Amino acid sequence: MGLKKILDNLKPTFSEGGKLSAFGSFYDAMETFFYVPNETAKAKGAQIHDAIDSKRSIFFVIIAMIPAILFGMYNIGYQHSLAVGCTEECCWFNQFLYGLGVMLPKIVVSYAVGLGIEIAIAQWKKEEVHEGFFVTGMLIPMIVPVNCPLWILAIATAFAVIFAKEVFGGTGMNIFNPALITRAFLFFAYPSMMSGDKVWVNADYMDCINGTIDGYSCATPLGQLGAGEPVTYSAMDTIIGTIPGSIGETSVIAILIGAVILVWAGIASWKIILSCFAGGALMAYLLPYGDAEALNFQWWEQLTVGGFCFGAVFMATDPVTSPRTEGGKWIFGFLIGAMAIIIRVLNPGYPEGMMLAILLMNVFAPLFDYFFVQSNINMRAKRAAK
Amino acid sequence: MANVIKLKKGLTINLKGRAAQKLSAAGASKVYGLVPDAFWGMKPKVVVKEGDVVKAGDALFVNKLHPEMKFVSPVAGKVKLVERGERRKVLSVQVEAAATQEYVDFGRKQASSLNAAQVKQALLDSGLFGFIIQRPYAVVANPDDQPKAIFVSAFSDMPLAADVNYVLKGREQDFQTGVDALAKIAQVYLGVQAGSILAGTKNATVTVFEGKCPAGNVGVQINHVSPVNKGEVVWTLGAEEVAMVGRLFNTGKADFTRIIAVAGSEIKEPQYKQVLIGAPIGDIVAGNVQTDKKVRLIDGNPLTGQQTYNEGFLMAHSTEVTAIPEGDDADELFGWISPRLNEFSVSRSYFSWVMPKSKEYTLDARVKGGHRHMIFSGEYDSVFPMDIYPEQLVKAIIAGDIDRMEALGIYEVAPEDFAVAEFVDSSKVELQRIVREGLDMLRKENE
Repeated sequence: MGLKKILDNLKPTFSEGGKLSAFGSFYDAMETFFYVPNETAKAKGAQIHDAIDSKRSIFFVIIAMIPAILFGMYNIGYQHSLAVGCTEECCWFNQFLYGLGVMLPKIVVSYAVGLGIEIAIAQWKKEEVHEGFFVTGMLIPMIVPVNCPLWILAIATAFAVIFAKEVFGGTGMNIFNPALITRAFLFFAYPSMMSGDKVWVNADYMDCINGTIDGYSCATPLGQLGAGEPVTYSAMDTIIGTIPGSIGETSVIAILIGAVILVWAGIASWKIILSCFAGGALMAYLLPYGDAEALNFQWWEQLTVGGFCFGAVFMATDPVTSPRTEGGKWIFGFLIGAMAIIIRVLNPGYPEGMMLAILLMNVFAPLFDYFFVQSNINMRAKRAAK
Repeated sequence: MANVIKLKKGLTINLKGRAAQKLSAAGASKVYGLVPDAFWGMKPKVVVKEGDVVKAGDALFVNKLHPEMKFVSPVAGKVKLVERGERRKVLSVQVEAAATQEYVDFGRKQASSLNAAQVKQALLDSGLFGFIIQRPYAVVANPDDQPKAIFVSAFSDMPLAADVNYVLKGREQDFQTGVDALAKIAQVYLGVQAGSILAGTKNATVTVFEGKCPAGNVGVQINHVSPVNKGEVVWTLGAEEVAMVGRLFNTGKADFTRIIAVAGSEIKEPQYKQVLIGAPIGDIVAGNVQTDKKVRLIDGNPLTGQQTYNEGFLMAHSTEVTAIPEGDDADELFGWISPRLNEFSVSRSYFSWVMPKSKEYTLDARVKGGHRHMIFSGEYDSVFPMDIYPEQLVKAIIAGDIDRMEALGIYEVAPEDFAVAEFVDSSKVELQRIVREGLDMLRKENE
């Protein structure tokens, strides 16, 4: 086959001693991207293996994110056309094109920076490039406001990849969800870029939608609630997702489609997703913002606004930073849901609590595992003592 | 009525080329070789010289740590070669078979009239003791120990494994004698599948196991019947090996003939063969292997066995020889996205879950992915039917944390118990190798 021949011919150039050996891991990454490795099992040990590998699993996470990405692109354009007041004349396709134009540079920057660092580090450690960043790199543009400048995104991505992931040893060894560390970095280092009412609508001029705006104000439902104002969006808006917010987080429907794909493929833990919603629902019921009628906000709408759904489905279920034991997953999810609502309602400084709740529980994940593993250890010790 | 234990966790891997219930005898081979590595944990001391004439049943090597434990020649003939590898490690002791077979007479014995010491002695002399594996450590048993129990699994549900019901058909009497003899040493527990011809065995506690692979692993059965605690020892023996013990007492001969499955997608006519332990693999599969592609021969089943070659000798514990495609020339494009309908996977990102359960797969020896840190959780656990946290145990072994290995139950496991987990692992960690190293590390530490 032609491609295989090209790769094989290039191999010596990229191998140790070759002219381009400094790009060896990049070559490896490309080779395994095209071909399943022909490596066979060692003489001892399992001689056959399941066809699943981390590449395929991780690719399925990206498939699961596609509905939310596509809707996010559309919503960028829709929010822009709302702002310039041309919803009547703009068809949805132009709105989508507008969003695509805004979103694409973010995806490119996130991947270029993150993968660049990953490949460099893999080369330095003489390892294969791990594919974990393909998910992180797609998540990052989805969880930032649309007006986040590219250079800030690049800095935050670099920070997260280096300090949240690679210093711990790479994919599989990190304590915190790297995508959320990106967001946390932005949140604390550039707060004006991450919240308030100026960041949610892109004002750039593009051919597909005519009209320009300047410094357009538009609050998210959580922003309104945080300020004690009534919510101007209906429950239907928040479920469909035609509201301002971080790019990928607004549409409950798109996210739930992703959840079904993830759970069906057995990649995300349904236990975490379910218990996260249970914890969130319980806390939302116990801790209302105030008079539901006056605020136009029922307790259960907590689960449809902000990053709750997105966090529960795509962030909390990260297999590396969530508990490894099945029992631990129940507790982990439940506490994320509950903690997110507590932060939203009780902390006036942070209208959204999902990010901090997940990062907090990432820290506690080993503790939840400890309970279950230790009980197994105690059981064994007790049995031996008998 | 036997106790029934149902196991939920596990995985049935349905491979193409199961052995048909048809038996043929392998002809006599020129040379037979006894491989010390098959008796893991034993240090061989060769007691014959090249050129010595031996009978079937004469010792070829003994265990350096317990010289009374003999490993005997399966055939009569002349010692041809003591094959040594690096650092003079004994790889095999090869005997050129004589035209007429003479056996050492160990004397017929009535198992019921012997005591424990006499049974042990008979096993040690005849080379059968070395077939007993102990837990902890999954090594050759120590004859000085008093085990709390002896466990025998009367079925294997590993892919392409020989069917014990077929192998032992007509040999129930030998099996019963073997159980009677072993019961003198300690209580015998027998794990069977529903419908087993051995379910009626007397003098043993019979438990019926229902579940997917690895329910047939003796380690899984021990864990559910009488788990091994620190300081305790249990012995295990393969079902056919119990019948060999019985044959020893019933005939007075140490006869190492066994019936193995010759199976796998690359075997032309998968069937059962009557062979002698130590027979050259090439003779066992002669003319029966597909030649149109590169084939991997496996001594044992594809999950727990090890790669072998025509020049290799059938290892002591092997109940099957299997052949699968090597696959190192597959050059499969875009494996991470293409549907790959012929692949088998526990993951629903493939389509094996919609295929009928009876569909048989041809799996090659490729690892099918890059080696990663453990990323996805719960993979091992879903195919590990013991009350042990497999992932945490493996991590403790990798970290070399002896206390934690003990606390997490390493005494109860053998590498084979991790075989299915190694199969399903998307991070492609070599679990059986790691567990083997952990067990050896712990044994060294404790001795």
